[in-house]
Amino acid sequence: MKLINQETVEKKMTSRLIMNNVQRAILLMATLFGLVVLGILIYRIVTQGIGYITPEFFMNFASRFPEKAGIKAAIVGTLWVMAVTAPVSFILGVGTAIYLEEYAPKNKFTKLIQINISNLAGVPSIVFGLLGLTIFVRLLEMGRSVLAGGYTLSLLILPVIVVAAQEAIRSVPQELRDASFAMGATKWQTIRRVVLPAAVPGILTGSILAFSRAIGETAPLIMIGALTFIAFLPESVYSGFTVMPIQIYNWVSRPQAEFQELAASGILVLLVMLIILNSIAVIIRNKFQKRY
Amino acid sequence: MGLSNKENRSVSEMIRHNKRKGSSTQIIEKLVPYFLLFCGIISILTTIGIVFTLLVETFTFFNRVPFIEFITSKEWLPFYTGEDASYGIWPLVAGTLLITGIAMIVAVPIGIGSAIYLSEYASQRTRQIIKPVLEVLAGIPTIVYGFFALTFVTPILRTFIDGVMIYNALSAGLVVGIMIIPMIASLSEDAMNSVPNSIRDGAYAMGATKFEVATKIVLPAAMSGIIASVVLGISRAIGETMIVAVAAGSSPKATLDPTESIQTMTAYIVQVSLGDAGYGTTIYYSIYAVGMTLFVFTLIMNLLAQYISKRFREVY
Repeated sequence: MKLINQETVEKKMTSRLIMNNVQRAILLMATLFGLVVLGILIYRIVTQGIGYITPEFFMNFASRFPEKAGIKAAIVGTLWVMAVTAPVSFILGVGTAIYLEEYAPKNKFTKLIQINISNLAGVPSIVFGLLGLTIFVRLLEMGRSVLAGGYTLSLLILPVIVVAAQEAIRSVPQELRDASFAMGATKWQTIRRVVLPAAVPGILTGSILAFSRAIGETAPLIMIGALTFIAFLPESVYSGFTVMPIQIYNWVSRPQAEFQELAASGILVLLVMLIILNSIAVIIRNKFQKRY
Repeated sequence: MGLSNKENRSVSEMIRHNKRKGSSTQIIEKLVPYFLLFCGIISILTTIGIVFTLLVETFTFFNRVPFIEFITSKEWLPFYTGEDASYGIWPLVAGTLLITGIAMIVAVPIGIGSAIYLSEYASQRTRQIIKPVLEVLAGIPTIVYGFFALTFVTPILRTFIDGVMIYNALSAGLVVGIMIIPMIASLSEDAMNSVPNSIRDGAYAMGATKFEVATKIVLPAAMSGIIASVVLGISRAIGETMIVAVAAGSSPKATLDPTESIQTMTAYIVQVSLGDAGYGTTIYYSIYAVGMTLFVFTLIMNLLAQYISKRFREVY
C-alpha cells in the first residue's frame, strides 16, 4: 500500500494556501464590482442631475429649451398609467395565485397554466409591447392611450405578481386552514378571512416590487406609442400620455450636453420614486412577515 | 328565566337554518372559483395573444418579402425605397449576438465569482450588506443603464481605445453584462446553497482548502443550476432593449468589431416605432417578423434553462 509522502504534501501545502488566498481576493473583487458600479452610477447621476432639480423642473412641461424643460407631464403620466396597471395586475395576479394554490385540481390544465406563467416571465418586454400595439391599440381600438399602456404593463408584470403571491399563499400553514374549516367556515371564507390576511405581507411586497418594475419600463410603452413630446396632462384613461422613462429616453437621445443633464435629473427623480417604493416593500416585509 | 329561542336550537337546526339563510354565501362560494379560474386563463390568453399576433403579422410580412430572402440575404435595408430595400435578418441577429457575447464575457465570471464568494466565503454580515446591493442593481430601470453606457462608459472607452464610435457595441455590451450580473449571481448562489454541507465537510476533513472545496466540490455539484442561470442571462441579454437602443447605435451590419456601431433586433423595433412608418407598410410588418425571431430565440433559451435545471439536477 502506497503511503502519502509527507514531504510532498507539505511542499504543496504552501502553494495551495497561497492559491486559496489569491482566489479569495479575486472572488471578493468580483463581488465588490457590483458595489463599485452602483456607487459610480449614483454619483454620476447625482452630480450631473442635481443642477436642474428646481421647483420649475416639476412644474414645467417638456420644452425645446433645456432651461424651460420639466418633467410634470411625465410624472403625472406615470401616475395615470400606474392607476390602471396596479389594480388590474394585482387583482388578476392574486386571483391566479389563489386559484393555483387553493382551488386548482392537479391536472394537465393546471400544469399548463403554471408552465405558461414561468415562460411568460422570460418573454422580453418589447414583445409585450408588440402585443399591446396589436391587441389594445389596434384591435380593441383604444388608441395610444393611458388605458392601452396600463393594460400592456399589467400583462408584463402579471407573472411576477403571480409567483410572489403563490409563494406567500403557500407559506401559510395548512393547520390554519384546517382550524378554520373545523369551525364550519366555507372554503372562500377560509381564504378571505384566514389565508389572505396571513399572506398579505408577502403578496404586497412582491406586488410593490413588480409595480416599481412597471414604472421603470420603457420599451413596451414606446411600442404602443406613448408620446415622447407632450405638453398637456392626461384628462382621462383615453388620453395620450408620456411616462418618466420615455421622457428620459427622449432627453438622452438628444446630442446637446444640457439635455444629458436634464436626463440625469429625470433619472434622479425616477430613482428616488423607486427607492421610496422599495423601502415601503422592505418595511412591509420586515414588519409584518410572520414566520410559522 | 327562559332561554331565548336562538340558544334553544339544536346544532342540526342551526346548520339547516344557515344553509337556507346563507344562500348568498353559497352563490359566492360557487362563483368565486370561476372568477379565479378566469384570472388564471388571462395568462394563457396572453401567451396565445403573443403567439397569434406575431404569427399573423409575420405571415403578412412574408407575403411581401420572401421567407428565403429574410433568412439568407445579408443586408437589412428596410428604409430604402422600392427595389433597393432588403430584408435579411442576419445583420440584426449578428448585432444581437455580438452584444450578448460581450455581455456574457462580463457577466459570467463576475456573476459566478460573486456567487461563490457569497455562498462559500462571506460571513452572514457581509451577505446582509452585499445582497441588497445586488437587489438594487437588479431593480434599476434599463434606461438608466443606457444613460450610464452612453455618458460614462463610452467616453472612457473612447479615451483608451482608438477608433471607438460614439455609438458602439462594446459599451452597450459591457453595460448589458453589468445589468445581468445580479441575476446570474443570485440564481447561482441559490444553486450553491442547495449543496448540502455534509459533502463540504467531507472535503474539509480530507484536508482540502476552502478554494478547493468551492471549485472541486460545490461548483460541480451546483453546475446544472449555474448553467441554467447563465442560459437565462443569455435570454435576458438577447431581449434587452433600452441599453442597446441608447448606446449601440442604429446601423445594422454583421461585424465582430465591437468598436463599431451596430443594431440589435430590439433596437430596430424601437427605431421603427419611434419613426413614422405608417400602419400597413412593409416596414410596419417587419417589426413583427423581427419580434417573432426575437421571441423564438428567447423562448428556446428559457426552455433550455428549464430543461438543464430539471434534467441535470443532482438530488441529495
